[in-house]
Amino acid sequence: MSTNYQLPEDFYYTKEHEWAQVDENIVTIGITEFAQEQLGEIVYLDLPEEGAKYSQGESFGVVESVKAASDLYAPVSGTVIEVNASLMEDPSGLNDDPMNNGWLIRIEMETEKELANIMRAPDYRKLIQK
Amino acid sequence: MEISTNPPQKTPLAQEHERLGARMVDFAGWWMPVQYRGLKEEHQSVRSGVGLFDVSHMGEFRVRGPKSLESLQWMTTNDVSKLQAGEAHYSLFPNENGGIVDDLIVYCVKPGDEYLLCVNAANIEKDFAFVQKSNRGAELKNESSEWGQIAVQGPKALALLDRIFAAGDVLPSKMKAFTHREFSGSKALSGVRMIVARTGYTGEDGAEVFVPKSSTVVLWNELLAVGKDLGVEPIGLGARDTLRTEMKYSLYGHEIDDTTNPYEAGLGWVTKPMAKDFLGKAKIVAVKEQGLKRKLVGFEMIDRGIPRQGYVLKSVSGEPIGVCTSGTMSPSTGACIGIGYVTLENSADGTEIAVDIRGKNVRAKVRPTPFIEK
Repeated sequence: MSTNYQLPEDFYYTKEHEWAQVDENIVTIGITEFAQEQLGEIVYLDLPEEGAKYSQGESFGVVESVKAASDLYAPVSGTVIEVNASLMEDPSGLNDDPMNNGWLIRIEMETEKELANIMRAPDYRKLIQK
Repeated sequence: MEISTNPPQKTPLAQEHERLGARMVDFAGWWMPVQYRGLKEEHQSVRSGVGLFDVSHMGEFRVRGPKSLESLQWMTTNDVSKLQAGEAHYSLFPNENGGIVDDLIVYCVKPGDEYLLCVNAANIEKDFAFVQKSNRGAELKNESSEWGQIAVQGPKALALLDRIFAAGDVLPSKMKAFTHREFSGSKALSGVRMIVARTGYTGEDGAEVFVPKSSTVVLWNELLAVGKDLGVEPIGLGARDTLRTEMKYSLYGHEIDDTTNPYEAGLGWVTKPMAKDFLGKAKIVAVKEQGLKRKLVGFEMIDRGIPRQGYVLKSVSGEPIGVCTSGTMSPSTGACIGIGYVTLENSADGTEIAVDIRGKNVRAKVRPTPFIEK
């Protein structure tokens, strides 16, 4: 099992293994390399429609491996403005490149104050190295 | 799956799995490999080549003595009197309420005198308590801690087994399905008593090899080495589950449990009330005589979605009609498939049903099984 996960220092992370890249009020959301490795081969994705609104910590979708279904949680509150359509057709892209091309959704963040509730890379690294 | 608070038990092969890079999980109290290189790849290895499974966590009980047949007839549903030396059959431990304590394989060593039972790992303690309580005078011994077990499965499994097991003219490939025999060792383990049984849980040809615990690692590595040119691969529990699901084989805790009637589960073929008396017989038979209310079926998704255990099954008009017991994406066909109980009127092949997947009714269709051509 790999232990050298890409964990960009400018990303935010949740304890449920989502990452969030913040560009002003637009947040791109995905799952971490650690998460994709734990899930194994991803065969199904359930992602929201554009315009759907989620609160911080709310489930916005589901990722399924052959074995099991896992919920995806919104790192911050906001409205979905874009969904990664290519993944819906071929979810294996999530295994190949979870930190870049395997992004899941983009949301318009309600308030950047919520970023204080989630982790930066050093804390997340500690979490997955436990 | 049972959640264990104790540290998981280890099979003799735990270190080998870790060395092979497996991801290990606590499965029913056992530290087991869930996958090595990837579930789909492992699944395919078994469907097209040969795979090795560590099934050392399974339980083995020895039943001996002049009362062994009478005891087994009482505590299992299948007709043990039919078994000749070297034969085996699938069976159930029934409970007094007409449910199922566990499913098992009964291996006949000597008719009327000696049998070996193979039971589920998660149920070893419960099952041994059950056989002790239901016993009618047989000598019982829980040999689970003495045996390792390796399942060798796939179209090339017998070719591999033939290379290391031979007793005169007897080769594993010459043995019939559901027979077993003792070999005095493999090539690398000459003189070590092992049982090769032509049984399995994948739908493929192959065998399950019972090997003394202390020789398990040597046999495992021998099989990997000798089968290299056949493409032998170690297979984790993840693929074990998708392989059995494609065959619609029952898994205890999913399709069957303490409350399941054998007829509803489609296990009437191992339930023999005409042949003999057995524990819970009247209650088991009553359910059938009153007319089955529900039936275990296989179904395939029409719309996108993966069915999972516990999801509610509905009629096309949205009425609840049952529950899903297992589901996955079939690595062989790519279809999303499920097993579940539905009311009798919704159980015919071709019936359209719906699966409640996270609040949405997703269309599916009852279909014949196995889910793959066999």
